Amino acid sequence: MKQIERSAIRKWHLPFLPGAALVAAALITLLLAACSDDDNKSSAGANGTPSSVDANTLAGYPACATGGASALTGAGATFPFPLYSKFIDDYGKLCSVQINYQSIGSGGGIRQITEKTVDFGGSDGILTDAQEQAATAAGGSIMHIAMTSGSEAVVFNLPGINRSQLKLDGPTLADIYLGKITKWNDPKIAALNQGVNLPNADIAVVHRSDGSGTTFIFTNYLSKVSTEWESKAGFATSVNWPVGIGAQGNEGVAGQVRQLPGAIGYVELAYAKQNNLAWAQMKNKAGTYLDPTLEATTESASGVTIPADMKILITDSANAKAYPIAGFTWVLAYVNQPDTAKGKALAHFLWWAIHDGQKFATALDYAPLSPDSLKAAEAQVMKLMCGSAPCLAK
Amino acid sequence: MNLKLVATDTVARRAGSLPIGDWLFRGVVYGSGLALLAVMVAMVYELADGARPSFAKFGFGFLTGTTWDPVKEVFGALPLVYGTIVSSIVGLVIAVPISIGTAIFLSDLAPAWLRRPASYLIEIIAAIPSVILGLWGLFVLVPIVRDPIQKLLGDNLGFIPLFEGPRFGLGVLSAGIILAIMVVPIITAVSRDIFLAVPNSQREAMIALGATRWEVISQAVIPYARSGLIGAGILGFGRAIGETMAVTMVIGNGFKISPSLFEPSHTIASAIASEFSEATYDLYIAALVEAGLVLMAISLIINILARVLVGTLVRVPATVRE
Repeated sequence: MKQIERSAIRKWHLPFLPGAALVAAALITLLLAACSDDDNKSSAGANGTPSSVDANTLAGYPACATGGASALTGAGATFPFPLYSKFIDDYGKLCSVQINYQSIGSGGGIRQITEKTVDFGGSDGILTDAQEQAATAAGGSIMHIAMTSGSEAVVFNLPGINRSQLKLDGPTLADIYLGKITKWNDPKIAALNQGVNLPNADIAVVHRSDGSGTTFIFTNYLSKVSTEWESKAGFATSVNWPVGIGAQGNEGVAGQVRQLPGAIGYVELAYAKQNNLAWAQMKNKAGTYLDPTLEATTESASGVTIPADMKILITDSANAKAYPIAGFTWVLAYVNQPDTAKGKALAHFLWWAIHDGQKFATALDYAPLSPDSLKAAEAQVMKLMCGSAPCLAK
Repeated sequence: MNLKLVATDTVARRAGSLPIGDWLFRGVVYGSGLALLAVMVAMVYELADGARPSFAKFGFGFLTGTTWDPVKEVFGALPLVYGTIVSSIVGLVIAVPISIGTAIFLSDLAPAWLRRPASYLIEIIAAIPSVILGLWGLFVLVPIVRDPIQKLLGDNLGFIPLFEGPRFGLGVLSAGIILAIMVVPIITAVSRDIFLAVPNSQREAMIALGATRWEVISQAVIPYARSGLIGAGILGFGRAIGETMAVTMVIGNGFKISPSLFEPSHTIASAIASEFSEATYDLYIAALVEAGLVLMAISLIINILARVLVGTLVRVPATVRE
């Protein structure tokens, strides 16, 4: 009985096999056709066949690379991710270049560019000497190209005291984070805020618990304005905090400050705005109290000398119109691009980002590059080499 | 004796006569077993290898050091170990009574129509993603912990070191409560199964002696299930010490050792999760990897302790245990 059944099944199935194969073959052919069609389209764009898009020139250079690769990968800082996503989306449509940026953190970005697993890295901090040596050993000279800058608001929660009504200066802020000022009505705070009714409440210091570029910029500022902070804690993506509670991410710090009366914290400007948090006016180096606006952030990088390598921390800027807690975020790339096609695509993408791309910055709460910074960034992008020729080409 | 020999012989001969299926089966089974072992060994090796720079620099001082300073490149993990264990213990202290109570309710007291939906609901808690629980903790639980819980405890029992200190909401207590919520489903599910496995003859015998329901449960069911309940507790503990995201969001992430449940603390898992992505130099990464190795060692020790504990507490005679 069983044998009969089995052979019956076999007979029943066999005639269908060639049919199935035919269908499969047809499907594969169709798929291949579709793919090659896609290839044709993207290469047409990348090759710069005359179209309305390529007529668009930026400071004398075309937006799209001629003979550039159609895919790039990058990894690094999370801070600029919303802006980079916008860049990637718009540039992808403009030049048919698919860019994949993984926001894994500056540390991860530095590691990946050092291991050359990505075409560019993103970092909120400057490479340390050791990191730069490691990268140079792996892929030759590496450079920093500032893409945008951002500022950090010092946010607080004091019932009855609104946004911009509290004034702080660097040394006082450092003393709060050192645990030396523990009450809101401390004479040092009161001296800066005459006429403000400061409560006799404990200050709940909130900081980031995860390593972050935000912490790097904030602690760098504290180190510049307080020698005690510099020797006790120093500056890095995470430090040994003398006091306070750690919260995860900008949203964590914002959430804590919003909930906890008496709290003080630091968050990227966008988070302070979105969460409707009260922020303090910070006294800058010239003695002016300023809100953390985008204009004041851009000012941090103007009127000061931007070095050619762009390795400058713009906290505590000397410019009288500059908000003091601000910083660049950089793209890291090797001067000598290992792959010509990718190098071309990268150079043109970066060129587009520092020019046309900057118009997206303000809406996303990033500060566009100042004219001085733009000049320095242009010079850096021009240095990218594909073989013996610059990657950026007309 | 003879009989046994004959039997083995037959099995052997039959195995010889069906080599392919048998060998295939044996290969697959051995393979899976060994693969698991190999993964384990590889993991330990990788962790140990990655931790080498940190071990070379700090030696055993890594375990006793209390400073974690990425700027000065000093790493001591004692506050992390302390925070990991204390927050898990707080979690268990809250979770175990609730879980066992729920399990007894489900196995012995609940009306039949309620048992299935209630068990199902409890198991659903285990399916809540940890980050969601963390967010809930941050925005709902922490304010409640701050006021009224910390206020009441601090005002009335503030003389006990456990309940003094700042009332921020964030801290060991909140972490413990979150952990309790996370481990309740597993402890409840295991305990319920254990109670259901207690033979009805045990209960009937007590009832026949005129015992009340409370006496049946406390004197016949729980003693019988004791070793299993300890196992359930340990399972929960194992889950709690490795929990990452939800704890990070509510524990306050401070590197200090304090007897107070109100103080911020930090756990190994949350430190690794929050600092790994921005760990910018090799020694820093090595220190975090070594912390991971320590976490693995802690779970191993807890498991061994559990075995020993279960072994000594099994006093129920084997004849009854059938």
